[in-house]
Amino acid sequence: MSFWRQLTRGGRVLVRRRAADDDLSDELRHYVDQAAAELIARGMPESDARRAAQLEIGNMTVAREQVRSYGWENVISTAIGDVRYALRRLRRNPGFTAVAVITLAVGIGASTAIFSAVNPVLFRPLPYSAADRLAVVSDRSSDGSRVDVAFGNYRELAARTRSFASSAAFKAWQPTVAGKLEPEQLTGQRVGAGFFKTLGVAPVVGRDFQASDDRPSGPNVVILSDALWRRRFGADPTIVGQHVKLDDQDHVVIGVMPASFENVVAPLAQIWAPLQYASAFGPDAREWGHHLRVVARLRQGVSFADASREIDGIARSPVAEFARVPWARMSNGFFVTSLQADVTRAIRPAMLAVLGAVGLVLLIACVNVTNLLLARGAQRRAEFAMRMALGAGRGRLTRQLLTESVLLAVIGGALGLVVARVGVRALVALSPAELPRLGAIRVDAMAFAFAVLVTTIVGVVVGAVPALDLLRQNLGSRLQAAGRRSTGGHQRTRALLVIAEVALALMLLVGAGLLLRSIQRIFAVPVGFDASGLLTMQIQLAGEQYRSDSARARYFSDVLDRVRAVPGVQAAAMTSLVPLSGDLDVYGAHLERDRDAQSDGAAMRYAVAPEYFKVMGIPVLRGRALDAHDVSGAPRVAVVSQSFAKRAFGDDNPLGQRFRLGPPQGDWFTVVGVAGDVRQSSFDVDPPAAVYVTPWQWHWVDGSMSVVARGRAGGAGDAASLTTPIRSAIWSVDREQAIVRIATMNALVNRSIADRRFTLILFEAFGLAALLLAGTGIYGVLSGGVTERVREIGVRAALGASPADIVGLVVGRGAVLAGAGLILGLGGAVVGTRAVSALLFGVSRLDAATYFSVAALLAGVALLASALPALRAARIDPAMTLRSE
Amino acid sequence: MEQEQANTDVIQGTLDMLILKTLSLQPMHGFGIARRIEQVSRSVFKVNPGSLLTALQRLERAGWLDSEWRQTENSRRAKFYNLTRAGWKQLEVETEDWARRASAVARLLKSEA
Repeated sequence: MSFWRQLTRGGRVLVRRRAADDDLSDELRHYVDQAAAELIARGMPESDARRAAQLEIGNMTVAREQVRSYGWENVISTAIGDVRYALRRLRRNPGFTAVAVITLAVGIGASTAIFSAVNPVLFRPLPYSAADRLAVVSDRSSDGSRVDVAFGNYRELAARTRSFASSAAFKAWQPTVAGKLEPEQLTGQRVGAGFFKTLGVAPVVGRDFQASDDRPSGPNVVILSDALWRRRFGADPTIVGQHVKLDDQDHVVIGVMPASFENVVAPLAQIWAPLQYASAFGPDAREWGHHLRVVARLRQGVSFADASREIDGIARSPVAEFARVPWARMSNGFFVTSLQADVTRAIRPAMLAVLGAVGLVLLIACVNVTNLLLARGAQRRAEFAMRMALGAGRGRLTRQLLTESVLLAVIGGALGLVVARVGVRALVALSPAELPRLGAIRVDAMAFAFAVLVTTIVGVVVGAVPALDLLRQNLGSRLQAAGRRSTGGHQRTRALLVIAEVALALMLLVGAGLLLRSIQRIFAVPVGFDASGLLTMQIQLAGEQYRSDSARARYFSDVLDRVRAVPGVQAAAMTSLVPLSGDLDVYGAHLERDRDAQSDGAAMRYAVAPEYFKVMGIPVLRGRALDAHDVSGAPRVAVVSQSFAKRAFGDDNPLGQRFRLGPPQGDWFTVVGVAGDVRQSSFDVDPPAAVYVTPWQWHWVDGSMSVVARGRAGGAGDAASLTTPIRSAIWSVDREQAIVRIATMNALVNRSIADRRFTLILFEAFGLAALLLAGTGIYGVLSGGVTERVREIGVRAALGASPADIVGLVVGRGAVLAGAGLILGLGGAVVGTRAVSALLFGVSRLDAATYFSVAALLAGVALLASALPALRAARIDPAMTLRSE
Repeated sequence: MEQEQANTDVIQGTLDMLILKTLSLQPMHGFGIARRIEQVSRSVFKVNPGSLLTALQRLERAGWLDSEWRQTENSRRAKFYNLTRAGWKQLEVETEDWARRASAVARLLKSEA
């Protein structure tokens, strides 16, 4: 009941403030009247009685305030009053308000944007049911790296393990779809029958794959993504059961996945078909190639460690039922990792580093605004002294100050959300396309909650320092001095804050500097070929007429002839594998001289037209390049890379050595030449051991080959301008073939460092913001210091200090602040750069040159920030300041 | 700060009880309560109006008092407070509690002497 009374009476007061105030005034007036009446009754004259009564009762205002401060409704109405007052103050100082709000908006907005990107990718569970039980299984090579799984091994593991509730192997698949529309190459996957079931998803229309689909020469069935179904098939509701021509073969659509299905293992996949690998196969079958990835759902209660142990146990104990081959003996065990960790492994270090960087920016923004508030607090000392003299409590003033800072933070935070929305859009646009879960990145409720939390914390923290500072001072004595000559306490606090700001900025800039140097180092890496002026495009050969090796060989040599005839093309070649394209093509190598050793040395295979070396600018260091005589039937020859020669033959002469690559059948390849190393996967991965053979001498003629063409130097425009004529030349052989992945070599080079550049851009932006904030921070403190010390400086000038002395005085103080910040920051950077060490390339995280140049940059900014107040101080007229005393 | 001043005159925590006791005789307005407490205590207790009115608000919110504006004898408007049933009960509780404590203090002082 009393709670109800509290609520209703308080509410009534809140709604009818005026009436409640009048009541209170009436009651107080009545109180005084009664007291006076009593005195009059005792015989005192009326005027004296009133005065005596007033005296007895004391200050009416204080009494009224005391009563008014009781009750919850008064807490609220005081808060509203505080907010109104704070708003008025902020409006009266538009410059201060704008700077503070923009600083906070940048800090809160940037951190919310980064949080929006990092949270769904790294921390939120994957969009599947019981996603924490999803695992990825990969083979472990002899050097401990992750390798794709061979089907033969997968089959054995799947049959023997008890850790998995279900599992599926899968690989990329790029069928060319024909039909009424233009032929088009699709991105898809061939998957084991249990793939969708393992992920815990199912088609929204039609049915899932079943075991009977997934057998050799099983039915040609496909499941479409929602996007493909809408785009290519006009969202046809009767799609299930229809026929689609893929790679010239009829396929039946059996289902469509829901729009909500997010495929984290292959974000771009639009179409799925069963894997259809054999259950019985010989040692030279594709089932023994390491080219599958495996996803598994752990049984309830089985941990990743349990599963890993069990799988390794199986790997160590072969059984007669399951054959193994020398290059897939499972001798090094397997990795069983959570799917989430696997999907984010590549991006995790960069994301955490960026998260750290934006945290620093937010901190610096807070420090800066705190500093601004402190400076203003100094100006407002007289105001607060007055309010205290009039009876405001310290608690009341503190609440007022906190209200102001929280209000600033709230406005900054609201603007920050706008910044975050724009920032997230920019992030998504800038980010490398391979970034997992790109679609999940947006400013959602979680990000909003994050922004609100950050805003609140920022508001309280930023306001607490000035409030404490204010309360520490003895305000009573300030009233007379009117804050005129005050220095000391708050100046020290501000100096400390600026030092912190410089230190934080230095840490951030060192990170940015190290990343910048890494990128420079990467560009300095010899990639092994001359990327300028090169254009590449891939032909995915499909069609009944190209089933035989000889037909495919004839087609590609026709294409090459036509491409060479294009005006503007200086030279052209074909290759099965384009460097930096993101593709890998690895086969096991066996040396003739190590016939008994079960070497599992692997090599990257390039099936190339003889002119490839010349077109790419890859030097042939020993022996000869491939040539037109190395055709099918001629003695099998190969050019190997320097790394291959070194690893396989050591210091022996590689020329004339013989080896086998891939299926252990057919004639040996004889080494006829050694070529320079070429980076295949990326700049920061060492060049692989590579083997070059002609397409005609490989075990088969590849169905997909890439054209590489070099434009004539000084010819019409750059390599990209050759796209149309070359494409027409290719289509003049066969109009039905899909041409895909058209790119200049320079574009591939840039793409291979896209994620690095992305991280660098963010660090640079944050670093710049930090530099600006630190500079304004130093400026603010020194400038404030000069204002407060005008008299002292005037006295110094009057006593004979030259302008140079005074400039020295102010700049010296700036130097002390910056110097202390730099030393602190260098220490912080030594520790903090651990966060970026995984992103560095060819540069130590303690690289002295970077530290030095960044420190010099900050020192320069500090000097600049000191110069302005110093010059102002030097212009102070001693006569003026002394007279004004 | 204000709190400290207010309670130097009336023993800490006893103002509520004194108000309840005073009102148990008859409904009264604020000044009447203050005067009554001063008179009965022979000016041992002085009541500050700020504290008194705050306490009245608090007691009313707690449901121990009700209030209404009425005409006084000399036909002026004044706010009169009177005890509710819950207020009567509360007075009993506080009186008992006070008696228990006072006798305990008295015993202590006696044994000391």
